[in-house]
Amino acid sequence: MHRPRLVLFFAGAMGFVCLFVFGFTPLRHPRDIRNRYAQQINTRTFAERNITDAVSAVNFDYRGFDTLGEEFILFVSVLGSLLLLRMEAERKEGILMDAAERSRDLGASDAMGLWILAMVAPKLVFGIYIVTHGQLTPGGGFQGGVILATAALIIYCGKGFPIFRKMLSHSAIEILEALGAGGFVAIGMLAFLWHRPFLTNVLPLGKAHELTSGGTIALISLATGLEVSAGFVLLLYAFLQETLTERGED
Amino acid sequence: MAILQLGVLALVVIAGTALVLTRDVRSQSIVLSLFGLILALMFMVFQAPDVALSQIVVGAVGLPLMVLLAIAKLRRDHQELEQEHKRKGRT
Repeated sequence: MHRPRLVLFFAGAMGFVCLFVFGFTPLRHPRDIRNRYAQQINTRTFAERNITDAVSAVNFDYRGFDTLGEEFILFVSVLGSLLLLRMEAERKEGILMDAAERSRDLGASDAMGLWILAMVAPKLVFGIYIVTHGQLTPGGGFQGGVILATAALIIYCGKGFPIFRKMLSHSAIEILEALGAGGFVAIGMLAFLWHRPFLTNVLPLGKAHELTSGGTIALISLATGLEVSAGFVLLLYAFLQETLTERGED
Repeated sequence: MAILQLGVLALVVIAGTALVLTRDVRSQSIVLSLFGLILALMFMVFQAPDVALSQIVVGAVGLPLMVLLAIAKLRRDHQELEQEHKRKGRT
């Protein structure tokens, strides 16, 4: 029945396999790659910035301007989603969801709910740990921020949307997101006080292997964590509000 | 080390194929979550712990969740549309 489609697929797939093998055989093993930029970064970050995670040094210092752009991509896309979903909500006011949806909205059973809620605090601690230790170990603002956002998700999983809305204030999260996004720029502009270019690492570098090492890297990581976690929670908020609540209730 | 890398790449191939072969969209979002976890494992094995950390959360939780919520919304829109049709048919 699907014979022509299968034949077409196999022809395409064979072509893809040929190109794939042709393209990938000359590649060297990752172990043998001698990338000059990577070598520079690996040998210099510790001496120049007093931090042990080279990835954070690239993200928040050497290539900080790129990260600023990425952060604002996230900011703008969250903004766009909020805008789109809000218009949708206004258009369809007064429509009730059916009983099945309503019962699903109550969340898990009490025992499950309790267990899930017990995981919120460890998740928060872990997220904050990842955000604040970006300059020492793998991790940093983005990774930790997303982990923090899943703490909010877990409240919804355990207790349903009404409790979620009670525990998290929409306007407070909006302010946090703006603070995160603005904080990044503010820390970058700090360099102007020393007559240095935007996003220069001007703060004291501190002692290596300590939480305060790295100068602006730790602060930018913190700002990114704030912006990413708040952005994801806002996105979650908008989606849940649009999909799961009754209309005319807000 | 090479065995570990080959093993995790084989897992990616298996999970990716399983993901494509899953036809129901709801089950597919769950398989997507598993696929995200395996990708995170692969990043870890290839010594990119920073990427692995974000992949765990975004690939295994964030993306499937957004897919699920979008499906829920689409289905509800569909139901509302049907109800409206019925109402119009009666009057």
